[in-house]
Amino acid sequence: MNSLTPILSTVTASFLGSFVEVVEAFTIVLAVGVTRSWRPALTGAALALAVLAVLVLIFGPLLALIPIETLQFVVGVLLILFGMRWLRKAILRSLGVIALHDEEAAFSKETAALQAQSTDRRADYLAGLAAFKAVLLEGVEVVFIVIAVGGAHGLTLYAGLGALAAFVLVMLIGLLVHRPLSTVPENTLKFAVGLMLTSFGIFWTGEGIGAHWPGEDLALIAIFAIVSLASYAIIRAMRGNPTAKAAQ
Amino acid sequence: MTVLRIALSELVGMFIDDGSLATLCLILILVIAGAVEFLALPPLAGGLLLLIGCLAILLYSVRRAVKR
Repeated sequence: MNSLTPILSTVTASFLGSFVEVVEAFTIVLAVGVTRSWRPALTGAALALAVLAVLVLIFGPLLALIPIETLQFVVGVLLILFGMRWLRKAILRSLGVIALHDEEAAFSKETAALQAQSTDRRADYLAGLAAFKAVLLEGVEVVFIVIAVGGAHGLTLYAGLGALAAFVLVMLIGLLVHRPLSTVPENTLKFAVGLMLTSFGIFWTGEGIGAHWPGEDLALIAIFAIVSLASYAIIRAMRGNPTAKAAQ
Repeated sequence: MTVLRIALSELVGMFIDDGSLATLCLILILVIAGAVEFLALPPLAGGLLLLIGCLAILLYSVRRAVKR
């Protein structure tokens, strides 16, 4: 690595992407803890973290066996699919075509579902399962983000630190405010993450097919700028579209 | 089994939301990779085509969703 660019962009992408996922998992665990009790909430979350750790320990070393160009290509393709999905959704949210994600609403929905199950004998088990599922599913996405943004350039450690920072920050904010993190500008974060993941995907897929980008790692910043400007232009153009106006 | 099934569908859902977006991206990547490998397209040109193609697919997919 000849500059700080890949390290900073890897840590930032991993941090922002993981932050969004941890907020979503935190909302469900908080709903379980508040509605039922903290025992099933924390047990479910801890079990999910243990499963995630085992998955990382099993599959992590396998990555080292894959040739770097193949890894860049495969991870790049997955990142394009992953990032374009986030970007498309973020643009559609900006246009008012699909609803904004609302942590307050997610918290209320989960709370109502848990209250409806409160007479069930297995209420604690079901509550723990809800926490387990939330942490496992969002955790899998965090693991993928860490491997994807870090693995193709041998920066998994930095990507892991970005994810860990996101986890610690969400926990600290959560402990301080003790309510769903509805004030976090999640949709703005998702837009930024979509832009970053798509840019990483194009950069690595390009490297995977043998492209030597001008400026090497600095090309990542140029790709990010082009994708950002294009997304902004799409939003500007679509805002003038009568169908999009009607949706707003 | 239910948890496993949910986990698998979530895993697929991480990459595929709008089927046509994912399909078009995969076709674009395969065509460019094939052109670099078998038609001697310069890899950098392939990378630039990938960038332009992804943005075109994004525009098409957003326009399609807005019209719906």
